[in-house]
Amino acid sequence: MNQFQYVRPSKQQAAIDAVAKDPNATFIAGGTNLVDLMKRGIATPQKLVDINRLPLARIDADPGKLRIGALALNSTVADDKQVRERQPLLAQALNAGASAQLRNMATVGGNMLQRTRCSYFYDLAMPCNKREPGSGCGALEGINRMHAIFGFSDKCIAVHPSDMSVALVALDATVLVSGPKGERRIPFIDFHRLPGDTPEKDTNLEKGELITAVDVPDGPFTKYVHYQKVRERASYAFALLSVAAALDIENNTIKAARLAMGGVAHKPWRLTAAEQLLVGKPATEDTFRQAAEVAMQGAKAFKHNAYKIKLGPNTIVQALRTAASAA
Amino acid sequence: MKEQAQNKQIGAPMNRVDGHLKVTGAAKYSAEYELPNMAYAVLVGSTIAKGRLTGVDAKAAERAPGVLAVITHFNSPKVPGFDTAGKDPSQPATVGGPLKIFKDDKIHYSDQPIAVVVADSWERARHAARLVKGQYAPEKHKTNLEAGASEAFLPTAAKKNPKHPMNDYQRGQADAYKLGAIKLESEYVIPTEVHHPMELQAITAHWEAADKLTIYDKTQGTMATRRDFAKEWNLPEENVKVIATFVGGAFGNALHSWPHESAAIIAARVVNRPVKLMLTREQMFTNVGYRPYTWQKLGMSATPDGKITAITHESIGQTSNYEEFTESTLAQTRMMYQAPNVTTRYRLVSLDVCSPIWMRGPGEATGAFALESAMDEMAHMLNLDPLEFRLRNYTDKDPENGKPWSTKFLKECYQLGAERVGWSKRQLKPGSLRDGEWLIGYGMGVGTFGAHRGAATVGAQLLANGTVLLQCATTDIGPGTGTVMTQIAADTLGLDPKKIRFELGNSSFPKAGTQGGSSTVNSVGPATQEACLALKDKLRGLAGASNAAFASAKKEDVTLTDGYLALSSNPATRVAYADLIKQGGDKAVMVEARPGPEGQQYSMYSFSVHFVEVRVHELTGEVRVSKLVSCADAGTIVNEKTAGNQMKGGAVGGIGMALMEAAHIDDRFGRYVTKDFADYHVPVHADSPAVEVAFVNQPDPHVNALGTKGIGEIAIIGVAPAIANAVFNATGKRVRELPITPDKLI
Repeated sequence: MNQFQYVRPSKQQAAIDAVAKDPNATFIAGGTNLVDLMKRGIATPQKLVDINRLPLARIDADPGKLRIGALALNSTVADDKQVRERQPLLAQALNAGASAQLRNMATVGGNMLQRTRCSYFYDLAMPCNKREPGSGCGALEGINRMHAIFGFSDKCIAVHPSDMSVALVALDATVLVSGPKGERRIPFIDFHRLPGDTPEKDTNLEKGELITAVDVPDGPFTKYVHYQKVRERASYAFALLSVAAALDIENNTIKAARLAMGGVAHKPWRLTAAEQLLVGKPATEDTFRQAAEVAMQGAKAFKHNAYKIKLGPNTIVQALRTAASAA
Repeated sequence: MKEQAQNKQIGAPMNRVDGHLKVTGAAKYSAEYELPNMAYAVLVGSTIAKGRLTGVDAKAAERAPGVLAVITHFNSPKVPGFDTAGKDPSQPATVGGPLKIFKDDKIHYSDQPIAVVVADSWERARHAARLVKGQYAPEKHKTNLEAGASEAFLPTAAKKNPKHPMNDYQRGQADAYKLGAIKLESEYVIPTEVHHPMELQAITAHWEAADKLTIYDKTQGTMATRRDFAKEWNLPEENVKVIATFVGGAFGNALHSWPHESAAIIAARVVNRPVKLMLTREQMFTNVGYRPYTWQKLGMSATPDGKITAITHESIGQTSNYEEFTESTLAQTRMMYQAPNVTTRYRLVSLDVCSPIWMRGPGEATGAFALESAMDEMAHMLNLDPLEFRLRNYTDKDPENGKPWSTKFLKECYQLGAERVGWSKRQLKPGSLRDGEWLIGYGMGVGTFGAHRGAATVGAQLLANGTVLLQCATTDIGPGTGTVMTQIAADTLGLDPKKIRFELGNSSFPKAGTQGGSSTVNSVGPATQEACLALKDKLRGLAGASNAAFASAKKEDVTLTDGYLALSSNPATRVAYADLIKQGGDKAVMVEARPGPEGQQYSMYSFSVHFVEVRVHELTGEVRVSKLVSCADAGTIVNEKTAGNQMKGGAVGGIGMALMEAAHIDDRFGRYVTKDFADYHVPVHADSPAVEVAFVNQPDPHVNALGTKGIGEIAIIGVAPAIANAVFNATGKRVRELPITPDKLI
């Protein structure tokens, strides 16, 4: 770990200024990912701006939406009564992530900003365009079992590891951001980005911009929801693939649907075409299978992740099936 | 009844004597010793897998705060014994030897240490280590076993010695399975698996004088480690002291010494301060061995009524380019089932990797995956219950050498386990049972391991406070050695276990072998027993001088009580310890116990069988082990609780082996891509059911007087195939390459 300065401002503007004005400064909240990256020499900030003193940990149950502060802990959000009642899919996704200990440290904002778990990103002796632009993508021709089947580029085939973000993209959340140029709202689906030619950028946040909260609008998805995560052990593992499914069902007819996948792309992957297919159809296995097929259109596998082409639709069906029977 | 009265502690589920120390953090492990003026060392690893180190740029590291030295091949003091250092004679002979750190410029594997940075704090050493840059002349490397399979060779030790167990084996006709009408031929692969004990490998090295070295080290053998480093530095063995009072798990990876230990000792020499070196978790993947990637082929033929007629079992394991590591992958195939024709062939492939090292159930666990999977495949071909198929091929004597078993209660294990797992629910036709989306299947796998026994010496001493102190250089890597020895001593002496202290993990104590190969209780147990008997007899003799009743008393009648030596038949006849101590009763007696000739007359093995019920999700391919019953014939069970604990730990290790553990190398770079616990999975609690354990608990009269046979290895051997077989029974899918991850089942 390199030597670094550490400041802990109590005013939001001071925190933003500290990062905006220093090219080598970065925010730190729970530190569950950043500290690991620093220990391994992958992140080498010269200054850490600790934002834990900022009053950003509240969960406000407003009419029509939940406003979840960026510093709310993953465990707090998952256990929050309003979240569990109004957005049970989010609570499920949070509880599927990491371990209890990590959820007690990790914040909502930090969860969104965690870096990929690609092995090549984590090894300074191997190429990675995300870590070191221009060095090449180690995974492209390497061991790419965990890697993307959608939206990748020849510069990067890494996936985003967050579970929470898969639920948030499905739920049409909005990210509230404050920065040197003032405040702005970013639809969750536009928050993370695809790698293209600049895989070093995971999100569309500008330098110095601070996530202050996430708004999750109320919807009809309080009952028929399910977050299905497939992993190599029963708990505490990143997803091979995951699916967030939310349905509104009346008389066995799907009135509204939300569907997103994790572990398949550089960002949480919303399945809009499949959602459209579901609406108006009976909540049956046949319908789910059709939606799953639509969802997988355009998927392309690499040497070691061809299983995702089959696991994807299966997991979508399983998620929808479970959601539909989750009364 | 009398025997029960005598054996009050042996068999009882006594709590660990060091349990309180462990759970309160008072137990000190090798990285926890703080010595005055301590320095800290961190290794720098090679970024290439093969070639030469042409230079090391250490300027930035040397300028970094707190740095005391950067030691490399270019500036390391000469280690005098590197040219002559031998190997541990208690271990199977290997060709070549452990890597000699900083001896030359050769790079043998990726992350091989090229430098050690010593600083005044661990954090500063770690920071500076990142500033060190190696310069290399790379050469083409090989890290893929299958790509190198055409160069597989018979181990040199076997070539030199026709009696070496790694030679090709044949009874009956070679490869006779090919002629069978009912036959199978299957290939199996196990990936590299890494031990990963919770405690990281660590050493604190302290030169107390120019020719006097003390090390606090993670090792499974204090004597072997002492011998290694005495040889490296050309010192008399008594000038080297190795302390390993507590070892936080090892599973085999501390069975011999490693380059990082030499590095710490060199560093301590250079900076003239005690030096502590602890590997990082990432370095635990690359520098301290692993269960080697192994390819196997098994051919088997049988009669329609389920008698095996022939087995051929071939194996190719990986080793390093500087050492020939071998293991007994094919041993179980030669002795487990009746089969008139058996052929085994063992080969190695040299790769540019760190040397493997025995990992729990070494060899046998790998071989059993092939053999016990093939048994299930053949039973399926024959439309036979796999348990019935095994019973039809049960052996009452060792088919490898014709000798009688010392004891074998495997049938009893079968019966116990089958009942407990609910084997009667198993359907012959795969995919027959389900619970909603979950397919249910049952499987079994058998394990065996030699009941090895070596020489061991224990010292016994009566202390003035009435405590009996026992000492032995053996280690306790977690099974509860100190606890069971206390139980053995308590019964032998007739003394309350609270009045007994068993000290271990120190090379200055009376001699014992390395803790490995399930041999500690078999070896140290009888030494403890005999030392206690000798102590009692000595005290009886002293008591006899003042009390004629003792002079004529039978040995067995004498017992130690609180404060007095007494006669069991008449407790009023007693002599105070204080009186005995006045006569020299506090002098230690030392007794060496050695194995007898029985080892030549009998085939001695422990046996286990594991029964599992699995649930496989029909859509996601996730596997959950919902029941696991492990039954063992391990002779006398000295402590039901610690023995059960070993069995459960082995079963959980088997779940890891079957379902998730795999270390992968990217062959282009020769580097592991699985370098932490996010990528290399071991089971969490949710992956393991409440493992049930049952022991036959019948003494083996031939291994030793206690009747023990050993547990550590058989706890894991056979678990992985039991799970693979259950997955087949649930799904009809036969997975022959571990681990059985969801992608292989959808």
